Amino acid sequence: MERFDPERRRVLKATAVAGSAVASAHLLLQAEAATASANATRLDTAATPHHDVRLRVNGTEHELRIDPRMTLLDTLRERLHLTGAKKGCDQGQCGACTVIVDGRRIASCLTLAVMQQGHEITTIEGLGTPRNLHALQAAFVKHDGFQCGFCTPGQICSATAMLQEIASGIPSHVTADLTRPPRSSILEFRERMSGNLCRCGAYSNIQQAIAEVAGVDADEIV
Amino acid sequence: MKSFSYERADSPAAAAAAAARVPGAKFIGGGTNLLDLMKLQIETPAHLIDVNDLGLDEIESTDDGGLRIGAGVRNTDLAADPRVRNDYAVLTRALVSGASGQLRNQATTAGNLLQRTRCPYFYDTNQRCNKRRPGSGCGALAGVSRQHAIVGSSDACIATHPSDMAVALRCLDAKVSTVRSDGTRREIPIEAFHRLPGDTPEREHDLAADELITAVTLPPPVGGTQLYRKVRDRASYAFALVSVAAIVHRDGRAQVALGGVAHKPWRVETAERELARGGDARTTAAALLAGARPTRDNAYKVTLVERTLAAVLAQARESGS
Repeated sequence: MERFDPERRRVLKATAVAGSAVASAHLLLQAEAATASANATRLDTAATPHHDVRLRVNGTEHELRIDPRMTLLDTLRERLHLTGAKKGCDQGQCGACTVIVDGRRIASCLTLAVMQQGHEITTIEGLGTPRNLHALQAAFVKHDGFQCGFCTPGQICSATAMLQEIASGIPSHVTADLTRPPRSSILEFRERMSGNLCRCGAYSNIQQAIAEVAGVDADEIV
Repeated sequence: MKSFSYERADSPAAAAAAAARVPGAKFIGGGTNLLDLMKLQIETPAHLIDVNDLGLDEIESTDDGGLRIGAGVRNTDLAADPRVRNDYAVLTRALVSGASGQLRNQATTAGNLLQRTRCPYFYDTNQRCNKRRPGSGCGALAGVSRQHAIVGSSDACIATHPSDMAVALRCLDAKVSTVRSDGTRREIPIEAFHRLPGDTPEREHDLAADELITAVTLPPPVGGTQLYRKVRDRASYAFALVSVAAIVHRDGRAQVALGGVAHKPWRVETAERELARGGDARTTAAALLAGARPTRDNAYKVTLVERTLAAVLAQARESGS
């Protein structure tokens, strides 16, 4: 598999703006300049004081000057070119933007980047690589836990932190006895993953992938 | 989003002072509701004061044996706290029935109390809404009102309060502590915290612009069988159509609060007296919903309250025996 290259992606975007797949280098440059100036105009008219922030993402410190309106999701995608986290609903309802902050899964569309300084942010790009997949990534591949793949980075970030939540004893709506630590089960996975929607409906395969990693019998009756 | 300035406060006093200094300022905790509304420009604060660094993220025992929950404690941490699980199970049950794992990790105790209604007419800026734009009318009254309030509503607004946590807190007689920029502190009983819509549905509480919630305090453990039953359109990650928070004691006394039926958590003392006298779900629900004004779309909630209450009382008898 080819390593993700943000530069290549930028050229593709510029090509699309130029409206030609065989645009000359000159056209490409023009298109990039036009895009940059459009962005600058949009931000300048807002007259919002910008903030210099330090974000720690996947173990790397990034220094950025950002508009405080930038959500963590937009900052990851548009400024750091970490496009694994997806913008689905942008309202915290679909879970496609799920990332892990200080070990906890959150909806990155519902937090501002300026609020996340000093925290350890992990995106899907930080969980595994094409050559060294995270156990859940490998299990999703094995069990066909996706069709279009759009929700998958969110599903996997969510599942990773979800298993940790069970391990650290956090109860859920289906935990019968609150006085004891919860136990991994299909029922628990289903309830705890309800914040991640999959329009392709790959839920049963997602469930199997999670169950395998957690060492739970996926055929257990729920 | 409309443009805003941002600052991170480092103490409750500094946060309250900043709110007094900048007109149109708002506090931001988890941001799970405020940012959502800001994207739709339903909320347009000129200034955001980040209250995540105020040291309000502890849960401490009080001198009288109760619990003081910092305003910034995340819903996940509150639900998982062993003292809450053991002594205030209704609160854990309510919390884990709300939102999703992601949102509970972000949402704070104070923010949960201050979240706005999810009435679709409030969210759709093309619709009339007295809460969003006072005086514009209520689209829900003559519209689709299946999810709306059946008690305590007015001709101006039939929206419900969406919180599960607040319903449990109402059942537990919690108190909300606040501080203002001049240092004034007060403790507001939960029953007086949220307002009914009346003619001013845009006002959901009586907090001043510079008034910061610092904590929510629970009384000493009250025992009993503590249950929270939430009825919704799907099994997880949906707001309540009707919910019942109940603390049922062996001698027949009970505290009962309803969610999904009013502009605030709904609790009626006469209904609890009815229960203590040996009343059943039917007579108790009738007392709870006295004066109800359901719409054609949500009249089913009257029956649903009675049946959900019956299920909760049966479950309490089962687990109490």
